[in-house]
Amino acid sequence: MNALSRRQVWLLHGGLLLVGIVFPLVFRSSFMVNFGFLALFYAFIGQSWNIAGGFAGQLSFGHVVFFGAGAYASTILQMRFGFNPWWGLPASALAGAVVGWVVAFLSFRAGLKGSYFALITLAFAEVLRIVANSVGITGGGLGMLIPGKASAANFQFPERIGFYYVMLALTAGSIAIAVWLKHSRFGAQLAAIRENEDAARALGINAFREKIKVLMLSGAIGGVGGCMFAQYYLYIDPTIVFGIDKSIEMLLVSMIGGAGTVFGPLIGSLLLAVVSDVTRALVNVQGLSLVLYGALLIVIIAFLPNGLVDLFRRRARRGTPKGGA
Amino acid sequence: MDPSILFAATINGLLIGGIYTLVASGLTLIYGVLHIINFAHGSMLMLAMFGVYYLLTKLGVDPYLSLVVMVPAMYLLGYFLYKGVIGRLSNGKDENILLITLGLSIVIENVALMIFKGDTRTITVAYSDKMVELGSTLVPLPKLISFIAAMVLCAVLGLLIRHTDTGKAIRAVARERVGARLVGIDVDRVFAVAYGIGLATLGAAACLLMPIFYVSPSTGNVFIIVAFTVVVLGGMGSFLGAVVGGLIVGLTESFGGLFLGESLGQIGISLIFILILLFRPSGLFGARR
Repeated sequence: MNALSRRQVWLLHGGLLLVGIVFPLVFRSSFMVNFGFLALFYAFIGQSWNIAGGFAGQLSFGHVVFFGAGAYASTILQMRFGFNPWWGLPASALAGAVVGWVVAFLSFRAGLKGSYFALITLAFAEVLRIVANSVGITGGGLGMLIPGKASAANFQFPERIGFYYVMLALTAGSIAIAVWLKHSRFGAQLAAIRENEDAARALGINAFREKIKVLMLSGAIGGVGGCMFAQYYLYIDPTIVFGIDKSIEMLLVSMIGGAGTVFGPLIGSLLLAVVSDVTRALVNVQGLSLVLYGALLIVIIAFLPNGLVDLFRRRARRGTPKGGA
Repeated sequence: MDPSILFAATINGLLIGGIYTLVASGLTLIYGVLHIINFAHGSMLMLAMFGVYYLLTKLGVDPYLSLVVMVPAMYLLGYFLYKGVIGRLSNGKDENILLITLGLSIVIENVALMIFKGDTRTITVAYSDKMVELGSTLVPLPKLISFIAAMVLCAVLGLLIRHTDTGKAIRAVARERVGARLVGIDVDRVFAVAYGIGLATLGAAACLLMPIFYVSPSTGNVFIIVAFTVVVLGGMGSFLGAVVGGLIVGLTESFGGLFLGESLGQIGISLIFILILLFRPSGLFGARR
């Protein structure tokens, strides 16, 4: 199934990381650094979706629930309790994991799967959106504006490149988690659950427990994504961080690149970044890039069910003699 | 609390519920037959509402009169969309249908955004502000009409499914796909017909909604969670369920707003949705599956 050995995957990951490190040193314009940041950011939150939706087969339509929980947890700690913003990273991971536990515990105990699971995640996100919209500590519908004080100690970098490198480290970490997942016992159990949950159970896998674990992991990553979003834009509101649009973006990036693969979200995200920038440069029409992306989703489901990664895989398979992988 | 306020909230909730029933009845039909969730439901409604809007503003066709155009037009759209895109590209996998309808909704919504821009549009017709006295409260006539029409529509759909040959074929396919194929039913065609009828109800819903609501490219999102809630609450595939579910959801929204305030009041619908999924995913009238 996999054209690359584990060693090759790690080497590839290391190589990509090097490219990532060099990229802003070669392309110094703030446009390119911003482009790189966004591509990494979407690869990161796409990986959050991918770990639950791709590796474990738990298709979620409301993954933003973790993202938003992280964004609010880190921002509330900073604004209301005066914590240094860097604490936002572990706090948002924790918030995402806790929400992941709650969502998973309730849904999986009730035996929800497939489209029912997709729908309930949507509803959880909606509940948190409404709560964030209505209570005082979140600033309600007005949202929260983080005052700008540009210094690295304040997790606000005077140069965009600082954010870029933090995001690069996080994204590399998320891919490393995916590589580990692909080759670990835990990952194998998840794959078994994804392919046939009843059979996995019959083999003695505690599907309930493993699914809770994977949602907590996925939630933690999504939460950190929310924290990065808040620090980068210095503003959050309920519609932005709990809205369905971001859930869809997380899913799209992963599905288009290749759900359940290590590099799928990265490929999907790079494509999203290129498509949206190119369409914006050619014709400045609102919504066009998403039209292309929606169409791409349909085409990929129809013809490349494993995502764009498959294109590379097919080439790799053709290149290596049989059994060589 | 003043009983007249409660009465008004009840009436208002029931009327809103009628609208939700209208939007959800097609969704429940599509689910009942294809066993898939039509994620494009909201954006298809939006499309139909723009149709009604332009029929009135460009050609001067009354929204209620546009039923004659919109219902068959949406039926054909649904039929060919299923034949040409959804059925063909999904390779028969339910998950793929879900994702393809998601892709369709993204495309439709953003094409609409490109063409119509982001503004919201409303229409005014002679009867827009007509009020009818119901007990101690006044209700807008178009809302009452849409409520009654929703009930009639669900009844008609229920009868069609029960008594016509097409309806019987639809039920056969819904119950037992393989068996239906064995007795010579063209399953693929039945899927397309069911999808067509599902969208035709949206054509009707759009005509009845336009005089009381607004349309913008994102209008569909307003209805999507609500429509799913209605369908899940009533039991996927059940028209009686859609009516009861719609009314319950309408009342929840109305009373939620009354007791919890405008903003937090909306939480009731999502909470019902979650609770139903957790404790009775087959809904009130759905068969356990």
